[in-house]
Amino acid sequence: MVGKKFNFWRIFVYLIMIIFAFATLYPFLWMISASFMPLREIVSGGMRLIAPDMSFDSYRHIFTVTQFPRWFVNSFVVASIGTLCNIFLNTMAGYALSRLEFKGRQQIYYAFLALIMIPGQVLLVPNFMLLNALGMIDSFSALIVPVMVNISYIFLMRQFFINFPSECEEAAYIDGLGRLSCFFRICMPLARTAIATQAIFVFMSFWNEFIRPMLYLRTMSMYTLPLGLQTFQSRDEGQMWNQIMAAATITIVPIIIIYLIFNKYFLIGIRMDGDK
Amino acid sequence: MKLSRRTRETLQGYAFVAPAIATTMIFLGIASVAVLFMSFSRVNMVQGTYEWIGLNNYRVGFTDSLLHRAIRNTLVFSAVVVPVQTFLSLVVAAVLNSNIKFKKAFRAIIFLPTLTSSAALTMIFMFMFSMRGPVNSMLISMGLLAASDPINFLRSSDWSMRVIMIMNIWSTIPFYMTLYLASLQELPNSMYEAASIDGASEVKKFFYITIPYLRPITTFVVLTGIIGTMQMFDQAFIFSGGDGGPASSTMTIALLIYRYAFGPGSAMGYASMIAICLMVIILTLAFIVNRINKEERVY
Repeated sequence: MVGKKFNFWRIFVYLIMIIFAFATLYPFLWMISASFMPLREIVSGGMRLIAPDMSFDSYRHIFTVTQFPRWFVNSFVVASIGTLCNIFLNTMAGYALSRLEFKGRQQIYYAFLALIMIPGQVLLVPNFMLLNALGMIDSFSALIVPVMVNISYIFLMRQFFINFPSECEEAAYIDGLGRLSCFFRICMPLARTAIATQAIFVFMSFWNEFIRPMLYLRTMSMYTLPLGLQTFQSRDEGQMWNQIMAAATITIVPIIIIYLIFNKYFLIGIRMDGDK
Repeated sequence: MKLSRRTRETLQGYAFVAPAIATTMIFLGIASVAVLFMSFSRVNMVQGTYEWIGLNNYRVGFTDSLLHRAIRNTLVFSAVVVPVQTFLSLVVAAVLNSNIKFKKAFRAIIFLPTLTSSAALTMIFMFMFSMRGPVNSMLISMGLLAASDPINFLRSSDWSMRVIMIMNIWSTIPFYMTLYLASLQELPNSMYEAASIDGASEVKKFFYITIPYLRPITTFVVLTGIIGTMQMFDQAFIFSGGDGGPASSTMTIALLIYRYAFGPGSAMGYASMIAICLMVIILTLAFIVNRINKEERVY
């Protein structure tokens, strides 16, 4: 009896797993398939994911005719610089808030706690006006400077340093290392797991960001990928779906590569989210 | 001159947090004060003037039917998406928490939507739901629709928001499910075994062990769900080409803030008033969720 019930449950579990995986992957399979198809094949209303006349034409088109390569480079530059700023500034702040004794430390922590509660969309208008007054509209600095620190990751680093024994640093002090070289040469390398975790999530949010580039960038050659992707869309029914899907595929690929390499840190990051 | 160790540490401390303080003070601190101030003002962007008009923006908001529509759309969106995504991710996580093969591979595959930008996801869904796209083709081949009469999902005021809801639920489940699964793996197996000895069924175990154990994660999922859905912008913007159409059916609060602030007329003050309302709504909902959770924890 027990064995029978067990088997039924197992089949049920695998069934759910397959249905769920299929439902999740199906749109992506279509994206890839459509990116290789000629437009007439897509709009003919067929259900086949594979057609005989598949080609790289859409990819060739977006890479030669549109400014897509430029947008790709822009995205990469903005996300890389933004991530580097975040890594250093968040780690330094988290370190100071946990390891250094100074007056006002607790007050700064509470101020951060209060500021983190403000929903991002609420501040769009004043931030636009601030950047406008600073003359930063239509530059990459508008995309990077306002978000070069992230309070959530300051807290993550603070938590890391609170839980981490300080013997190593103390030994370094006795050996005559100053605070700065101690921080960069001892503490940062020790915190590499936490740093890798924040780096991945920060990079991803820069790479995928839509609303701020849309508000702050004017010149088409300055666009980042999500914004560039949107220019492929036309309001009438004559959408070039094959080119749009090719562009979408290429925007996703770098993140998938990062995900495959750093899979471990994604799971760490998710666990930390749940502990908040 | 040699500084005392204490003074030196204070200076170092401030030097280390200074960039973080400066950035957050300007782009979060000053910005919040500014948005509050502007919500009581008439702002003229061209001349750079601010005129204090008291509660006028708020008074106008009471009779603005487009604003009411946006608030209703956003609340309905949140009320549909949050419970469904929370429940489904909980169920799938509980089912997958049994001892099965390929769990790792499965978890890796279904993470895909979490990695993808909302812009790309929206484009994929617009393609899937286009007139001659796969969804219409599927419905036609199943005989649910006549071949001559596909549904115009993207341009129908009945369907546009529903497609965005489906997309949102579909794309957030993997993340929340992974979150639940990570927590479930720390649940001691002995609890299930004890329940089995007492003759509890799988369904009973789910309701009396799994759900109570996951309560803190559920609070987190519901809270982030509310905060995220109430600020939904990208999907509605791309879907409607920026105007919240057709017939305002995809107009959300965040999209309306954008329309008023950056559209023709550039009513920055009025848009700021809506932003303040959005913040009040989000904080109120978050407060209620926290309160319910605390009350239930008592017994």
